[in-house]
Amino acid sequence: MKLLNKPWRLSKIQRVTIKSLVHLFSLGYLSIIFYLGIIDNLGPDPVQALLDKTGNWAIYLLVATLLLSPIAKVLPSPEPLQFRRLLGVYSFVFALAHFLVYCAFEIQLDMSLIGSEIIERPYITVGMTALVLLLALAATSFNKAKRMLGRRWQKLHNAVYLILPLTVLHYTWAQKSDLLSPAIYWMIVIAVFYIKRDALIKIIMGKKIVPSGRKKRQAISP
Amino acid sequence: MSKRFKPSVVFKDNQVTDEAVYHDRRRLLKSMGFVGASALLSGNAYGQGWFWEREEKPLAQQRPLEFTNNSSFSTNDTLTPESKATTYNNFYEFGMGKDDPVEEAKHFQTDPWQLRIDGLVNKPLTLGYDDLFNQFQLEERAYRLRCVEAWSMVIPWIGFELGQLIRQADPLSSAKYVAFETLYDPDQMPGQKNRFIGGGIDYPYVEGLRLDEAMHPLTLLSVGMYGKTLPPQNGAPIRLVVPWKYGFKSIKSIVRIRLTDKQPPTTWNILAPNEYGFYANVNPSVAHPRWSQASERRITTGGVLNRNRIPTQPFNGYTEVASLYSNMDLTRFY
Repeated sequence: MKLLNKPWRLSKIQRVTIKSLVHLFSLGYLSIIFYLGIIDNLGPDPVQALLDKTGNWAIYLLVATLLLSPIAKVLPSPEPLQFRRLLGVYSFVFALAHFLVYCAFEIQLDMSLIGSEIIERPYITVGMTALVLLLALAATSFNKAKRMLGRRWQKLHNAVYLILPLTVLHYTWAQKSDLLSPAIYWMIVIAVFYIKRDALIKIIMGKKIVPSGRKKRQAISP
Repeated sequence: MSKRFKPSVVFKDNQVTDEAVYHDRRRLLKSMGFVGASALLSGNAYGQGWFWEREEKPLAQQRPLEFTNNSSFSTNDTLTPESKATTYNNFYEFGMGKDDPVEEAKHFQTDPWQLRIDGLVNKPLTLGYDDLFNQFQLEERAYRLRCVEAWSMVIPWIGFELGQLIRQADPLSSAKYVAFETLYDPDQMPGQKNRFIGGGIDYPYVEGLRLDEAMHPLTLLSVGMYGKTLPPQNGAPIRLVVPWKYGFKSIKSIVRIRLTDKQPPTTWNILAPNEYGFYANVNPSVAHPRWSQASERRITTGGVLNRNRIPTQPFNGYTEVASLYSNMDLTRFY
């Protein structure tokens, strides 16, 4: 399926504008919620509100990051791929903010409690694992790191397909008895995995990608 | 240069709709047959439905109460602001979000109300709405409320001791436990109608106490807070308050109190028996499987920089109840 006859291109100025807007909205949103939290204007329990908002946005941005390549294919256009790193790094920024809110405002820097909770509570262990993986991806997101790692870079960054379900598992496990919101998140995970099934099969089987509907010898590796 | 505004249509006084008629327009439209059309369209979707229907449902009202202060039972801890205690609620009958009940319960009707006390008693009795406020001397008590989710508040409740009511019903000697039941009214409680809103709980919500716990002078039936009747989201018109137990024991909007000889089933214990026990005494040394109960965040005022994490006290600081549990292994009977 292709929506356009000709690949859609952005001018440099349009690209820079979109990137600036992503920076503006992400950092602006983070500053606003932290400011409202500090002045006690974020609902009855500002700590819980900050935890919810940062955690949710980390997941939304992660999903958005993963959807850029299928969107690029459908349009078709190489442009969405220009924003993958940006959204991915912001997903990490929100996840890190989520963790820092937990340590600084929820546990209030009781270090022994933070340590024991990360180890003893499975849902926090799972969330921590996802955060460490995200950190690894964010730390190797620079062009220089990409060049240095060579083929191993893609292997490392395939971890994003593990991070998404880990994140949603962390969210599901934290609920007391809510069924609907975790169900919606899992449906999103399944949808993302379905859309990206070619890439996933390739990763799991360790083979070169064969996009559905094309013959093998026509396959072009990206 | 600005032009003077000149209306294109000029009304005479007799052409202008009378203010009283304007304010009453919705009812008037209905009485003119409009109601037939709207009823046909909206069917039984009354609750979430058409804005003019919704607006006409009266808002739940709070009124001031008369009460005495019983400071010997009150804590001196800083009170949680009323605006926080009434907007941060776990009342899954009105949705799972902490901010859902205040919105979803605002039309909740509590008058008329019937609270039945029966089971193993000599004199079963029923209290009507007014009886809840007139039968017993109301007193104010500021209690700590410790939620199982590791946050806490300090709330000035108004009510009477549950023991007074139970004594009036004259329990049989075979009565050993007290079972409580929340109203079951799916038309008023969206969580009871839809399991996705109500968190998969098998309604009505039920709770229970051992008879000696129920008779303890700390155990309160509350009909008000902050000087007024309870708002719906906090369990109007009458709720239990057991300050040395986790908040979920303090069942809301009670319609039935039944004395029994067997330990009654309790809602959260049915849902997750490894996480929530029948006793549910506040106990810093018994962790919830998913988080520590050793400390809690006290919700008062102040933003996220406020250092409000405090150690949790055994029995939430109400150590006078410890004798009820001597010879009991509280890690087993959590």
